[in-house]
Amino acid sequence: MAEDTETTEEETASDDTEAPAEETETEETDDTEHDGADETDEDAAPDEELLYGVPVHHAFGQTVIFADAESYLDLFGELISDGFQQVVDLCGADYANHVRNDLPASVIPERFEVVVNLISHARRERIRVRCQVAEGASIPSLFDMFPGTEAMEREAFDMFGIEFTDHPDLSRILMPEEWNGFPLRKDFDMGRIPVQFKGAPGQS
Amino acid sequence: MTIAEHTPSEAEIDGLIGGAERVMSRDNAVLRMSEAEAGALSLSPEHEFGDQKMIINMGPSHPSTHGVLRLMLEMEGETVLRSKPIIGYLHTGMEKTGEQLTYLQGGTNVTRMDYSSPLFTELAFSLAVENLLGLEIPERATWIRMMMTELNRMASHLLFMATNGMDLGAVSMMIYGWREREPLLRFFEKVTGLRMNHNYIRPGGVAADLHDGWQEDLLEYLEMLEPRLDEYHILMNGQPIWRDRLQGVGVINEAECLALGTTGPILRSAGSSWDLRRDMPYLAYDQVDFAIPVGEYGDCFDRYAIRLAEIEESIKIVRQCIEKMPSGDYRAQNKKVTPPPRGRIDESMEALIHHFKIFTEGFKVPAGETYAAVESPRGELGVYIVSDGSSTPYRMHVRAPSFVNLQTLPHLMENGLLADAVAVISSVDPIMGEVDR
Repeated sequence: MAEDTETTEEETASDDTEAPAEETETEETDDTEHDGADETDEDAAPDEELLYGVPVHHAFGQTVIFADAESYLDLFGELISDGFQQVVDLCGADYANHVRNDLPASVIPERFEVVVNLISHARRERIRVRCQVAEGASIPSLFDMFPGTEAMEREAFDMFGIEFTDHPDLSRILMPEEWNGFPLRKDFDMGRIPVQFKGAPGQS
Repeated sequence: MTIAEHTPSEAEIDGLIGGAERVMSRDNAVLRMSEAEAGALSLSPEHEFGDQKMIINMGPSHPSTHGVLRLMLEMEGETVLRSKPIIGYLHTGMEKTGEQLTYLQGGTNVTRMDYSSPLFTELAFSLAVENLLGLEIPERATWIRMMMTELNRMASHLLFMATNGMDLGAVSMMIYGWREREPLLRFFEKVTGLRMNHNYIRPGGVAADLHDGWQEDLLEYLEMLEPRLDEYHILMNGQPIWRDRLQGVGVINEAECLALGTTGPILRSAGSSWDLRRDMPYLAYDQVDFAIPVGEYGDCFDRYAIRLAEIEESIKIVRQCIEKMPSGDYRAQNKKVTPPPRGRIDESMEALIHHFKIFTEGFKVPAGETYAAVESPRGELGVYIVSDGSSTPYRMHVRAPSFVNLQTLPHLMENGLLADAVAVISSVDPIMGEVDR
């Protein structure tokens, strides 16, 4: 009886995963086609859809554009003049052990990503910028354009160790000032961390 | 993605950027120094600090800081010059915890962030997960969600009324605010089983249907509440001491709000009518009538008055929900996402398997990333989820409105009195649980 249950369970489970994943599968095939075209012919790159001069991707009905550290500030300058006057969110992400398949072919994947969500009140639109940041590399701060990113960049630094150059006060915000390590990194071990607070028993 | 209807002109953009010089500058009201630096500075005898200026700490355990907010204030006499909010005292790594929990368990985690309006975080989280799943939820679930979050907005704003009154010495207001909030929490308990941290809105719908007689419960409550809000108007708005205490205190303009990423009642107090419920409708907000209260002066009084008016607007929405509540399912009938009803488990092997799979392994969510935002009582509450195709999020980030809104504090308090700092903190209405996450 028990064995029967297990087999049915496995069958149903494998059936299930296919149904909701259909959407992504089609997207994946799109991407691989792009990949294939690029490998064979360098000139095929312009086929890629561009927005503000950078690759664009439509994820679940949302517009995502991809920046690199060099074009980062210019891109935001362009976005401001196009009406995206508010950065609502900025966060980091660590892709140490996950291979993304939603990156356009011309984007070179790096370990970290800085994800910025902007909003245009006049056009009632949102746009998301994903910027690849290599481990140990830095990215310019958006403070001079959007001072509201000060705390968000501090959080990204605190949690992932992403350096923002020219930030007015790049210090820890949520963790204690003397904390070692970056908690939201994938290699930050969970559950086996000695207490790091000042004056804790057993601490010098 | 909507089609661009209006591209702002150069002048408009300049107008938006201009007016924010105060916050754009690097040398402004924000006291950018660490604890150690501040300590060294106040001890050094050569420094001007020895004479007139000093740095004092307010909080983290101060009754008017609404939790464990600590402020480092640079004072000259009674005047606040620069300041810095110091946060992190409630940080427990909830975003990291969220990476270990399945999408079904995630609700129990995110609901503990903003503890005075927990349904909003659950809603944003569920909307993000449903977006990744491509899951349509039934109409009734949508309307239940909308009604419950509006009730939660009322509860949150009533709590604000109470704490704001308490902070400013209107102690009877504290009792009244809590008194009016209490029946709402009882209603939540009846519907969700818990007074707070409900985990009621889940991917796929809501956890339980509304109980029999919920309409009567609510109508009775609304009938009681409306005349009491009129009493608030008499008690607070008509009172010269209250007005003097708030008017012209902690002023911010629209350009500064935009530059600082501020949303919610603070942005609306400065004259912008930006509200996601109307401007980027989610749920069924395009099918209900409500107004968006907008302030003019961007001061503490406007922020207070907007929240009072928002309670009245929420009552309107709730009344429409009671009228228009559709019948049908309260959660999606998707066997892979919503657990089967208890009765089915005894009858069907399939149901038992699905139940077992959903509660042990969880349901798998297609790979990708998405951002879903709702208008919480404090502003835009967004959830950014990256899925790697497994049953736990690869990365979950919560854009907490209080976290971003806290950045306005130094600018609001600049050159104000220490006593006004209390009014300012209160009017920003930060919830430290979601600031620190």
